[in-house]
Amino acid sequence: TPEITDAQALLGHRRPEPKLRPPPPLAMEALREATAELTVYVHPSNAADVRLAVSRQLSTLLFSYEDRFDGVLLSHEVEFEGDNEDGQDRKVDGDGKRVIKAKILDGLVPYFGVPVTANMLLFSPQPEMILEGKVEMLGKESIHAIVLGVFSAAIMADDIPEMFKFKRRGHGGKFISQSDKRHVIKKGSMIRFSVKRVDTEMNCHITGSLMPPHTGCMRWLSVHDAEYASEISRVVKGNQGIILRASRRYKVAQLRTAKIAW
Amino acid sequence: MDQYNKMVSTLDTSKKKTPDEEALYVTTLKALSEAVSKIDITYHHLLLNNIFTIRIWYLQRDTLDAFLDLITRLAAVADQYLRECLQMLVNNFTPPLVQRNELPRWAVSRKKDIFFHLCESLKTISDTVPLAPRILRDIIDRSMPKLFDNKAKMVSFVECMLGLDTDRMGDLIGATLLAKVVDLLTELDVNITWEDIIQGEHNKGIFEMELEDLNEDEDGLGQAGTKVLFGGNACAEKLDSLMVVVCEHLKSCAERGYLDKEFDILKAIFRASVLRVHRSKFCQFIMFYACSLDPKICGLEFAFFLTEIFLNKEEDPISRMSAVSYVGSYLSRARFISADTVLAILKKIVDWCDEYCVLQNRGTTANPNHQIFYGACQAVMYVLCFRLRSIMDYPNLKAQLFQLSFGFILNHRLEPLKVCLPSIVNEFLRQAKDAGLFAASMYSAAEDAIESDLSRAFGGINRLDTFFPFDPYLLKESDRYIRPNFEFWSMVKTTYSNDKDDDDDELLDLDAPEMNVGSLDDHVEIDINSDDDELEYSMNKMSITPHHSFYHGMAADGGDAGLSMPARIRPSASPPSRWAMSGSP
Repeated sequence: TPEITDAQALLGHRRPEPKLRPPPPLAMEALREATAELTVYVHPSNAADVRLAVSRQLSTLLFSYEDRFDGVLLSHEVEFEGDNEDGQDRKVDGDGKRVIKAKILDGLVPYFGVPVTANMLLFSPQPEMILEGKVEMLGKESIHAIVLGVFSAAIMADDIPEMFKFKRRGHGGKFISQSDKRHVIKKGSMIRFSVKRVDTEMNCHITGSLMPPHTGCMRWLSVHDAEYASEISRVVKGNQGIILRASRRYKVAQLRTAKIAW
Repeated sequence: MDQYNKMVSTLDTSKKKTPDEEALYVTTLKALSEAVSKIDITYHHLLLNNIFTIRIWYLQRDTLDAFLDLITRLAAVADQYLRECLQMLVNNFTPPLVQRNELPRWAVSRKKDIFFHLCESLKTISDTVPLAPRILRDIIDRSMPKLFDNKAKMVSFVECMLGLDTDRMGDLIGATLLAKVVDLLTELDVNITWEDIIQGEHNKGIFEMELEDLNEDEDGLGQAGTKVLFGGNACAEKLDSLMVVVCEHLKSCAERGYLDKEFDILKAIFRASVLRVHRSKFCQFIMFYACSLDPKICGLEFAFFLTEIFLNKEEDPISRMSAVSYVGSYLSRARFISADTVLAILKKIVDWCDEYCVLQNRGTTANPNHQIFYGACQAVMYVLCFRLRSIMDYPNLKAQLFQLSFGFILNHRLEPLKVCLPSIVNEFLRQAKDAGLFAASMYSAAEDAIESDLSRAFGGINRLDTFFPFDPYLLKESDRYIRPNFEFWSMVKTTYSNDKDDDDDELLDLDAPEMNVGSLDDHVEIDINSDDDELEYSMNKMSITPHHSFYHGMAADGGDAGLSMPARIRPSASPPSRWAMSGSP
């Protein structure tokens, strides 16, 4: 059933802004929570379970870049409003709480609009941000990694420091740093890189760079990059709450994608 | 600039290449793989064009590897090429320039290899770009063969499609591929009319009919401007080949241990796409085959799944009626379902009927439409026609059976015996009498029902009362998957079959009456026992579905109450043991 989502949403930001900005240890820099007030239009055939219909409608936006949200929706949680001020009632599924009715105006708009407040987890990478990803494919010319299991990132040869040399031997090849042979980037490594460009048109493809400091294979960095290592311990302690919450929401997103498959 | 032009022309595959040129070609491809980020979509348009229009079926093995590597890297480097790359790979699901109905021989030998590589590339791309399957799904949707497409293309596409490992591609593509295939199957199926199978005459046999029609399939499809041969027979051929592909896919799933998951998907698809399609004749057999691959789990699951739909008050009546017809037909025809399962399900249905009758007696429901009830009664009787004897062979099952309240239900004022198909009622009563299922007084009451021969079409406009979904399978090629597990009426042991041969005139034979046995083409038949005339003859009396043109007529006219029901069952002419060899291969 076709459903329409209202284009005008009042978007409220709630973004933790630390005073100092040390590089956060995880890809959480690009993750943020946001609250939005939306009106979701539901087809009358779904009137029996409005909560599910609204959830499904929002799920169609998952993993797509949305201009109005300024990011990619990863996870959402809806809350319904009570009665509207203007007296027009809205129907909410009967879960024992109040049942509100909606009028369907034939000939005008056959759907009924449900005002919801959505808590959303968004991913909005910006240039200069540091992200982490797992390396999936390597070549002399490029490193391809996956961020958060969903987004593809590519780092081109121009953005890989000279000190990394590509060795074709071994499974899929690897990049080894001339300055420290233990710094190895191969398939399956977790790497930190900085964002150069984001292509938001289709799949939010990220073009990254390993040039800035404190980038490279995370395993090596956590041992050899003193500044980075101290950052981890400090920031982790401080942001534990946010990180846990965000990662829990991410799990919800994964579950949701499983449900929208069929 | 010269270099560039030279490179572009190297990539032009329209001309055949000498080995040197081929080597240069491979090198060029490899070099390009390492420079993908430098390719610009506007400036290098010609180059990209050449790349994306390559037909990989023509490529040599090494070139193929290099080429697919290039495509993978292109897809991974930027979103802008992703769609083109995926489209290009999907375009290669079918070999180029397939005009006729069959693949050229060179394509057949390369097919498996090419499909494997295509699927591998798609997997690699989706590993590197996790959101790619979403786009792939759309592309496949648009590229999917349509009803009128050439058979070879259709089969090739579906075969490759089913080879995609949807497990690794995750939930974004999930069940949709199989669903699309089933949709295609259904569409083909409903476009086969009964008239294409039997041309309404009594003096030809089913198989003979079908063979003739299929041979008629000229190359009208390929010729531009001339008549378009759209006949159900063309659809039958396509459906036949596709059924082979799907069955092979299910078989390989079973071999690899994925059948359970695939079956879950299939059930959902069945419910959404097949259950309510009353004109589907053959595509439901994919469920039959899947169940036969794993009778203990899938076989049982399917039976209970259908029963749940039937019992569920919230379902719409058409689905419920359809479900109970499916159950009836399935339990009767599936040889791999054991007698105790049959009994368990029968018990549920009979109990439901019992409650229904009780409710009617109380007068609580004002519903004048007792379709579901009649459908259930008919299904029970139908199943017992096939299975009564085998249930009776087990004393504990027999005892349980005798406890079911048949008397109450069948004597109820709703008069199911009058409403259900007379042929089924007759056969059922006959067997029940021999088994002593009811008190003797039942039969005299039932005599009236038999003689009146009235059967109101309770199934509604869709004639769900004559809907026996698992009636004998008529498609030649794919028949070999179904046959080993299919119970033909002629094989059934009835409660009276130990008596001497019945020449009961009342029970004439079925859908393909006096056909000229000798004229049957041996080629038409099934591979086993091909020289056994009697085998074919009895097999044609398998279906309890009324005469096919009648069926079609009913479906088209929406019900013509004046016609009498020709459906009757012929008792088994040969002793049951004869058919033991036509069991499992």
